[in-house]
Amino acid sequence: MKIFGIPIFPEQASTFAKDVDSLYFFIFATSAFFAVVVAIAVIYFGIRYHKTHDGEIGARIEGNLPLELLWSVIPTIIAMVMFGWGASVFYHLRRPPAEAMHIYAVGKQWMWKFQHLEGQREINELHIPAGRPIKITVSSEDVLHSLFFPAFRTKIDAIPGRYTQLWFEAQTPGSYRIFCTEYCGTNHSGMIGTVTVLEPSAYQAWLQGGGNEGSLAQRGAKLFNDLACSTCHLDTGQGRGPSLKDIVGKTVELQDGSSVMVDEGYLRESILNSQAKIVKGFQPLMPTFQGLVSEENLVALIEHVKSMSPNATTAAAAAPTATTTPAPAGEKK
Amino acid sequence: MLDKLKIPERNYLNNGHGLASWLLTKDHKRIAIMYLISISVMFFLGGLFAVGIRLELATPQGDFVQADTYNKFFTMHGVIMVFFFLIPSIPAVLGNFLIPPMIGAKDLAFPRINLLSLYIYWIGGVFTLYAMISGGVDTGWTFYTPYSATGSNTNVVPTALGIFIAGFSSILTGLNFIVTIHRMRAPGMTWFRLPLFVWAHYATSLVQVLGTPVIAITIVMLGVERGLGFGIFDPARGGDPVLFQHLFWFYSHPAVYIMILPALGVQSELISTFSKKTIFGYSFVAFSSLAIAVFGFIVWAHHMFVAGISTYAAMVFSFLSFSVAIPSAVKVFNWTATLYKGAISFETPMLYAYGFMGLFAIGGLTGLFLATLGMDIHLHDTYFVVAHFHYIMVGGAIMGYLGGLHFWWPKMTGRMYSEFFSRIAAILVFVGFNLTFLPQFVVGYLGMPRRYHAYPDEMQVLNVMSSAGASVLGLGYALPIFYLLYSLKKGAVAGPNPWGASGLEWQTQSPPLTENFIEVPVVDHEPYEYEHVVAKEKHLV
Amino acid sequence: MSNAVVHADGHGHAHAHHPALQHHFDTMGQQKEAAVVGMWVFLLTEILFFGGLFAAYMIYRIWYFDAFAEASRSLSLFWGGLNTAVLIGSSLTMAMAVRSAQTNKRTATVNWLVLTMILGTVFLGVKVIEYADKFEHHHVPGYNFQWAAAHEAPAAGAEHAPGAEVAVAEGHRELSLNADQLQLTTQIYFSLYFTMTGLHALHMIIGIGIMLVITWMAHKGRFDEQYYTPVEMAGLYWHFVDIVWIFLFPLLYLVERHV
Repeated sequence: MKIFGIPIFPEQASTFAKDVDSLYFFIFATSAFFAVVVAIAVIYFGIRYHKTHDGEIGARIEGNLPLELLWSVIPTIIAMVMFGWGASVFYHLRRPPAEAMHIYAVGKQWMWKFQHLEGQREINELHIPAGRPIKITVSSEDVLHSLFFPAFRTKIDAIPGRYTQLWFEAQTPGSYRIFCTEYCGTNHSGMIGTVTVLEPSAYQAWLQGGGNEGSLAQRGAKLFNDLACSTCHLDTGQGRGPSLKDIVGKTVELQDGSSVMVDEGYLRESILNSQAKIVKGFQPLMPTFQGLVSEENLVALIEHVKSMSPNATTAAAAAPTATTTPAPAGEKK
Repeated sequence: MLDKLKIPERNYLNNGHGLASWLLTKDHKRIAIMYLISISVMFFLGGLFAVGIRLELATPQGDFVQADTYNKFFTMHGVIMVFFFLIPSIPAVLGNFLIPPMIGAKDLAFPRINLLSLYIYWIGGVFTLYAMISGGVDTGWTFYTPYSATGSNTNVVPTALGIFIAGFSSILTGLNFIVTIHRMRAPGMTWFRLPLFVWAHYATSLVQVLGTPVIAITIVMLGVERGLGFGIFDPARGGDPVLFQHLFWFYSHPAVYIMILPALGVQSELISTFSKKTIFGYSFVAFSSLAIAVFGFIVWAHHMFVAGISTYAAMVFSFLSFSVAIPSAVKVFNWTATLYKGAISFETPMLYAYGFMGLFAIGGLTGLFLATLGMDIHLHDTYFVVAHFHYIMVGGAIMGYLGGLHFWWPKMTGRMYSEFFSRIAAILVFVGFNLTFLPQFVVGYLGMPRRYHAYPDEMQVLNVMSSAGASVLGLGYALPIFYLLYSLKKGAVAGPNPWGASGLEWQTQSPPLTENFIEVPVVDHEPYEYEHVVAKEKHLV
Repeated sequence: MSNAVVHADGHGHAHAHHPALQHHFDTMGQQKEAAVVGMWVFLLTEILFFGGLFAAYMIYRIWYFDAFAEASRSLSLFWGGLNTAVLIGSSLTMAMAVRSAQTNKRTATVNWLVLTMILGTVFLGVKVIEYADKFEHHHVPGYNFQWAAAHEAPAAGAEHAPGAEVAVAEGHRELSLNADQLQLTTQIYFSLYFTMTGLHALHMIIGIGIMLVITWMAHKGRFDEQYYTPVEMAGLYWHFVDIVWIFLFPLLYLVERHV
């Protein structure tokens, strides 16, 4: 929306945009109503009860309990409506649908690196299809960042050592801004980019074009061999490490008797911090890959492992928005 | 009648001359005056950095200063304004000066600790100024790890040390107020006869005493991590950077109430005095201060809705955050009701009080947007947030501070300032403030992130509006220096009670004696009873 | 507003003041109450000061329990236990000092205070021994930090040969951690250990400094039955510092010795 050619309202390019904007207008209208009522009252009283002579004093009115209760209870009720509405929008924002297309993002001083499952890698550019839910898993190589799509009305912090997630469904093809909203040092304001929403067919064409080094999972498979993961993690289950076939989305029992759901957070932790949660029946033999695998290669490995579980639903593979697993950060530049 | 008034022969200002009589004083009023001078210096220093920020943002390219310099500008602006101006502003100046006379005491309970707190504030200030002069610091006033621990190459440790030290000044001031209010009240000055200014300061002191140590220890942890190579928040060593945010906001959210609660107290005094009417719902206004202080401690994680906290934790904190809105709304409604059937006049302090109502209402209401979860995801860390907290901390706290300063200036100095110029300044501040920060709500919703040195072209018009407004605002802030200083020499003599106010502090001479009162007053009626003031004036005439 | 009678001369008090009564208090009782309330508020502040550390400790202990257990084994239970006994003893002598001041026994007050300071110094001396030991073993966090078990893990370095052997500390229950991880996470334990005990020791040093002044005042006969507030306040502070240690000792030394 523009006034005199100046944009004053961000474009609505995702399904959330309308939800968030309706909420915005509701809060705005409610706030404006109260602000105007108070302003009118204050100004009217200021004129109507203006002091007329020296020594004049106001009427002695100490208070009124019903009135106090009224203006405590009514704002409480309105606030609860705002809370409920806001929480429901938020809940929706935080629950990626199972069929969402998955993209990985890594924040790094001062750029955003995106990786598509099909293998395309982009820096400060992101191409996505319209009309399809997209889930982005975000991590950071150095300090805090925050991935923000104003036109989609969503953002999430990139935290070193963790995966966080956001999702959206872009509706209108076009180019929109990407910002970093968490202060990250010198060139924080240069950490901006463009997200290009394409018609699904154009997106397919885009995927075909350009040098292709194989899908993310394929790259991961190569790493899986290069890093010698494949020497222990045999599909037969006879190796020194557990078989990784069909494990994603399952719950495995650990050495100490507890159990854990195999998701991205657990896979990440097991690679970087391999002895943290050992599967029951195995020895803590695996070396840690802390500092040896970059964030980008890490997601390739995880994608490879996930590709070994073709039946796992994406929802099961989806880590909760905040994997509270504190895993050490990847390589430090 | 005015020409009959004279500055009293004996008062706290002429009780002892020379630098030593000030630097070694135990008189809370002299300490307050020294605080006033110190924080004014800090305010204009912080303001200078704000000028730098607004100049840079006048164009989208980032061509006024380098990115690193800009980052230091907003960091120093935040650090100085928050820790060295806003937090001490009303408590250390007006609270220090007024709490003893308001409750009928000769001094605060611990005069030497009061002086110590000023010295601690100075030492903290020196560290921060040293950090600033020797190259500045660029982490933002929030010092988020891991950037502050391992990423930044600037003077993080000296700045953090300055804040750590200044924190003790705040703790000691709060401690002094709590003990004074508990133990030093004059005979008959029961809790429910206390001026609301005192209630507000009591609530503020609780936050200072309970919150400040947490940021102190957080800074210690950050300091040992950065200075000695310990690993507490470092993700590369299994530490959790988000833990820093929890600890930081556990103090820094309540710290907002250290800034705004005293202003709410000032507001109650102003509204009552200039409508010559007792405050509507005294106990509701008093307890709402305490409620705000208490709720302030359980909402910190609303600064972290996008920082990877769990969905349900976010919901709990969102819910709790709304709980702060209720007592704030109750206060606004009570002030409005106080005006009803009052005898209202618009001297300068009342102009500030009216301005405060408007700005605090906008600041509070935009807080609702940010407490609402679905909304905050979009607004978090954008200029919407910047605008919101400036409405509270500048629109609210500084309007309250200036209103209070103009209200009690005759009490502090014995003289009146130019009513004409002070009204102009009040209007300039109000207009300039809105011009500066209203566009920031819009540009924030548009998506402009905080702490951006350069920004997309389409956001320029709104930023230019903001920069233009800031120059009006700056003028409004600069004007008082001149007419207030001028009034010290040439101002009309004010007399003990120029506003016809009801508080105990107006029953003694202006400027007061070192002991405040000639004889300990005995309070025998309720607060804000203007009948007594009028009766007394008639008696005098 | 008030019915205060305005006299030209405000100093019409007839009774004699106690020499320690400050001008802005009406009575000794009021002065003492103010000090007591002030001290308790200050201690409240201190609780929150240490509270931030305890919060960080709690979170990391839950996350890295094994590392904490392992690292805490490297502390000497003997020195820790001795120090606990010494501090509890010093609380007793401090309480005796307050009692003596209250009953106006000047020599006893001085003696008990001196004894308290000696015990405090013993505590700090033991702390120096313990710290020196940590330096020797490279257990001080930072760039030279080296967790002992790391020496025993030959292959856990850059090569990452598959199947690198893992050092499981002999004689202990099997750990689910390898050397690399211990190296990382025990460092968090020691960071907290040094910050917590260091701040505690700093409080002790300040406490001993305060006591030096109070002892001197007691020696000069500044206290009597009516005025012994400084001794009592120093006592409150000292007991607080002791109590912090009573929490620190089990949290840092006894992480896993309950078995």
